[in-house]
Amino acid sequence: MYALLKPEHRLVRQLAREFAEKEVKPLAATLDEEERFPVETIPKLFKYGFFGAAYPESEGGEGGDSLAYVIALEEISKVCATTGVIYSVQAGLGMGLFAKYGTPEQKEKYQKGAFTDKLVCFALTEPGVGTDASNVQTVAVKDGDDYILNGTKMFITTAGQAEWYIIIAVTDRAKKNNGMTAFIVHKDAPGFSVGKHEKKMGIRGSATCELILKNVRVSKDDILGKEGQGLKMALASLDSGRMGIATQALGIAQGAIDETIRYVKERKQFGKRISQFQNTQFKLAELQTKVDAGRMLVWRCAMLKDAGLPYGKEAAMAKLYNSDVANLVTRECVQLSGGYGYTREYPMERMMRDAKITEIYEGTSEAQKMVISRAIGVK
Amino acid sequence: MKIVVCVKQVPDTTEVRLDPVTNTLIRDGVPSIINPDDKAGIEAALRIKEEVGGTVTIVSMGPPQADVALREALAMGADDAILISDRAFGGADTWATSSTIAAALKKLDYDLIITGRQAIDGDTAQVGPQIAEHLGIPQISYVEDIKVEDGTLLVKRKFEDRSHLLRAKLPCLLTCLSELNESRYMSIGGIFRAYKKDVQVWGLEDMKDTVDMANIGLKGSPTRVRKSFTKQAKGAGEKINVPEDEAVAIIVSRLAEKHLI
Amino acid sequence: MSKNVYVFAEQRDGNIQKVAYELVGKARELADTLDEKVYAVLVGQGMDAQAGSLIAAGADGVVLVQDEMLAEYTTEAYTKAVVEVIREKGPEIFLIGATAIGRDLAPRVSARIHTGLTADCTGLAIDEASRNLLMTRPAFGGNIMATIVCEDHRPQMATVRPGVMKALAADSTRTGEVEELKVAFSAADMPVEVVEVIREERTSVDITEAKVLVSGGRGMSDAENFNALLDPLAEVLGGVVSGSRGAVDAGWIDHECQVGQTGKTVRPDLYLACGISGAIQHVAGMEGAEYIVAVDKNDGAPIFDIADLGVVGNVDTLLPKLTEAIKEYKEGK
Repeated sequence: MYALLKPEHRLVRQLAREFAEKEVKPLAATLDEEERFPVETIPKLFKYGFFGAAYPESEGGEGGDSLAYVIALEEISKVCATTGVIYSVQAGLGMGLFAKYGTPEQKEKYQKGAFTDKLVCFALTEPGVGTDASNVQTVAVKDGDDYILNGTKMFITTAGQAEWYIIIAVTDRAKKNNGMTAFIVHKDAPGFSVGKHEKKMGIRGSATCELILKNVRVSKDDILGKEGQGLKMALASLDSGRMGIATQALGIAQGAIDETIRYVKERKQFGKRISQFQNTQFKLAELQTKVDAGRMLVWRCAMLKDAGLPYGKEAAMAKLYNSDVANLVTRECVQLSGGYGYTREYPMERMMRDAKITEIYEGTSEAQKMVISRAIGVK
Repeated sequence: MKIVVCVKQVPDTTEVRLDPVTNTLIRDGVPSIINPDDKAGIEAALRIKEEVGGTVTIVSMGPPQADVALREALAMGADDAILISDRAFGGADTWATSSTIAAALKKLDYDLIITGRQAIDGDTAQVGPQIAEHLGIPQISYVEDIKVEDGTLLVKRKFEDRSHLLRAKLPCLLTCLSELNESRYMSIGGIFRAYKKDVQVWGLEDMKDTVDMANIGLKGSPTRVRKSFTKQAKGAGEKINVPEDEAVAIIVSRLAEKHLI
Repeated sequence: MSKNVYVFAEQRDGNIQKVAYELVGKARELADTLDEKVYAVLVGQGMDAQAGSLIAAGADGVVLVQDEMLAEYTTEAYTKAVVEVIREKGPEIFLIGATAIGRDLAPRVSARIHTGLTADCTGLAIDEASRNLLMTRPAFGGNIMATIVCEDHRPQMATVRPGVMKALAADSTRTGEVEELKVAFSAADMPVEVVEVIREERTSVDITEAKVLVSGGRGMSDAENFNALLDPLAEVLGGVVSGSRGAVDAGWIDHECQVGQTGKTVRPDLYLACGISGAIQHVAGMEGAEYIVAVDKNDGAPIFDIADLGVVGNVDTLLPKLTEAIKEYKEGK
C-alpha cells in the first residue's frame, strides 16, 4: 500500500523509521522501567520537524500534511508508545488549537515556539469530568482585564514538561456548555503548580499529572478562541486527537507483530522454528490483516482531514478499531512468545500494557460507539 | 565553497539474505539506501557549508530510480542534485564509472569533491581515487576529520596503524568513512521541499563535450565479471568430546587451517 | 609484450609489511604456472638492506625506487613511482595488498595507466585456456563471490586482502637481482603536505570491529576466572574479550562488551565462545561470525548447533592449555 503513496510520504516513512530505530527504540525499555520522560528525544523531534509535519510552512510548519503526520507517528509508536503519545498530544491537540483558534499575536507568541522547542498541554479532564465533559469545576472569574483561575485538572498528558497549558475553565456557569473558555497558562504563572504524578500500567514514560490552579491570573489576551467557546473547541479537537491515538494504537500493534515475527523465526521448539508451526503462521496472518485494515481507517481520516472534509465518524471508527486490535494483537504476541514474551527482556509485554490506554483516553471505546451510532442515525 | 558530493544508491546489504533452497540472493524487498560512507560525505559537506558558506551539489550515477537517493540528500539540506543516467553508461566497472562521473564533474564548477570511501555492494573503494586521477586533482582517502583553514583543508586520514594530518589546497577530492560523523536525518519539511526542486538528469547527449565514448559503459570497462556464485553455505559444524590435550590440538590445527593464527 | 608478475611490497617506517610476503608467495605460484618471473617493487627510502628478504620469500628480483620524498606514504609520489615501474617493465600482473595504503594507491595507478583493477581479492588463479588472471572477490557484503577478468588491458591489477594468501617459508639460499630504478621527484609530486604522522595505540575497545572475539559466559564461574582465563587467550589471538548477558549481569564484564539481543551484533572472523550455553538471544548477536569455536561442559548446549567446532570440555582447565598451545604454535611458525 505504501507503493501507492506519493514519494514524499514514502520518504517520511523512511525518515521516521530510521529515527525511531536509532533514537527512540533504544530508550523505550528504560523509559518504561524508570517511568521517565524522554527528555533527550523531544528536542530531536522538534529539530527534524516531526511536530510541525501537518502544518503549512507559512505558519512555521513543515509544509506536509496529516498523512505525513500519521505515517511518522505510527513509526514512532511502533517502537515506543510513550514517545508516540507525547508526539500525538503536541501535534494533534495543543498545536491544532493554536492553529485553528489562535489570534495572529497568539500564533506569533505560542505557535512558533510549539514548532521549535516548547511543549503544549491540553487540560480538560478533572476528578469529576471524563467522558461527560459538562461538569467542569475549574472556574475563571473576571478581574478587570484579567481572569482569576481556580481548580484542579487531572490525568494531564505532558504536564510538568510543557511550557504552556491550555486550561478549560467555567466563565459563566449559567450558560452550561456554552459557558466554558480556554485559557493559555504559562508554566511559571504564580499559583500554578503540577500536582500528583500518576503511576500507570502503560505508557509509563509519559508524564500524566494533576494540575493545581490557585488564584492564577491570566490576561484576557490569553483567552484562546472566544469566551464561551472552550468546550466546543475541546470537542472539535477530539477528532484530531482520536486520529492520533488510533495511529498510536496502530503503531503498537504493528510493532508487536514485527517483534514477534523476529522472535518466532529464531526460537526453536520440538526441533523446528516456531514460525514453522501452522498455528504461528495463521495467527500472525490474521493479526497482520487486522492491523492493515486498521491502517486504512487511519489513512482515511488523514486524507479526509487533508481535503478539509469532516472526519469525526471516521476518526471514532479508526480509534475504536485500532485500539481494539492493538489489545488483541499484543496479547496474542505475548502468547506466541511464551515465557520470554512475558519477561521484560522482550518488548511484547510492555506493548501489551501500553495498548490498554488506547481504549480509554481521547474518549473510551464506548464513547466512540456513541459517536459512530449517532453519525449513522441510530438514536 | 562549492562542494560536490558523489553518492551511490545501494541495496541495504545488511538486509540481503540467501535463499536457503536455491542459494541465490533474495533481492526482493531489500530497501535501497544512500551508501553509508557517501552519507557521511553529505554530512561533511553540509557542515563545511554551515561553517564557511557555499553550496552543496549532489551527483549520482545510476538508473532513474536513484532519484530518491538524491531527494534524500536534498531533504538533508543539499542545494541541488544531478543524476547521471543513460543506458549507454550501464554495465560499467570502476574505471568506466569513474570516467563517466569525471566527465560530468568537468562540466561543474567545484572547489571540493567528496565521495564515500567505498560502496557496500561493491566494496571496491576505487571510484573516488579514480575520479581524482581523471580530473587531475589530489585525493585524500579514509578521511576521519576535516577542518577548513584559510581556504585550505586540514584533513586527518586514517590508516590501520596511524593517522596522517594532511594539508591540501583546493581543488581536491576526499573519500570519507562513515565514522567521520553522525549524519543528520532528513527533516519532514526538507522532504516536502526536496520534491518541489528539480533534479537534473544528464544523459550521454548532455555530456557529449566531456565524455569519451571509448571509456564508458560495458564497452569502456577493462574488467569483466566472468562468473558470480554464492559462498558455500556453512556446513553443520563438528563436535568433539575427546581428552583435553587432544581437543586443544584439534582447536589449534583448525585455527591454523583457517589462517586465524 | 607484457611479462612477469609484480608485487607492490608495502613498507611502513622501513618495515616490509606481512602482506608483501603473502603476495610474493601467491605471485610465485602464479608465475610458475605462467612460466614467468616474480618481481617485488619496493618503494621508500633506505630500503636496500631489506630487499633480500623479498627474494628469500620467493621473488626473482626486486625493483627499488628510493627518495626522501618516499619515506612516508603519500598518494602522488607513490603513484608516480609505481607508474614508472609499470611503464618501464610492462608487467603482466601487478598485485597490491588491500591495506589502506594499497587501496589508496592502486586505483590511482590503474586510472593513470588505463587498466582494470579488481579490489580486495581473496582468490587468484590463472585460467589455463587464456592464461588470464582469474580474480575472485566477495561482494554484496560477502554474500556473493565474483570472478573478474581483465582481458585487453595490462597489467592485470588486483588488490589482495591481507591474511588470505600464504607466505612461503623464507629461504635465504634463494638468489635474485636487486635493481634500483631512478625516478626524479620534485615539489609538484607532493600536492598534499604531510603535517604530522600520528602513530596510534588503540585504547578503546569496540567489539563490533574486532576480528577475533573471545567471549565468556556464565560457565566461567566467577569474575577472577573470567579475566584470568580469557584475557591471555584474547591477547595471544590478537582479539578482544566480550561476554554473554549472563557474564554482564554477573558483573564480570562491561555492558559495552555484551554480545546478543540486548547487546551488540558482531561478525568477527573468529568467535570463541567459552562457557556460553548459546541461548537464542546470544546466538542472534554472533551467528554471523565467520568461524565459531565453542567450549562448554554441557554436551547438549545449543551453542554446539551453530559452532563450526564444538568442544565438550571444562573451560577452567582447557583454556589455559589452549592459550599455551597457540603461543607455542605462533612461536614455532
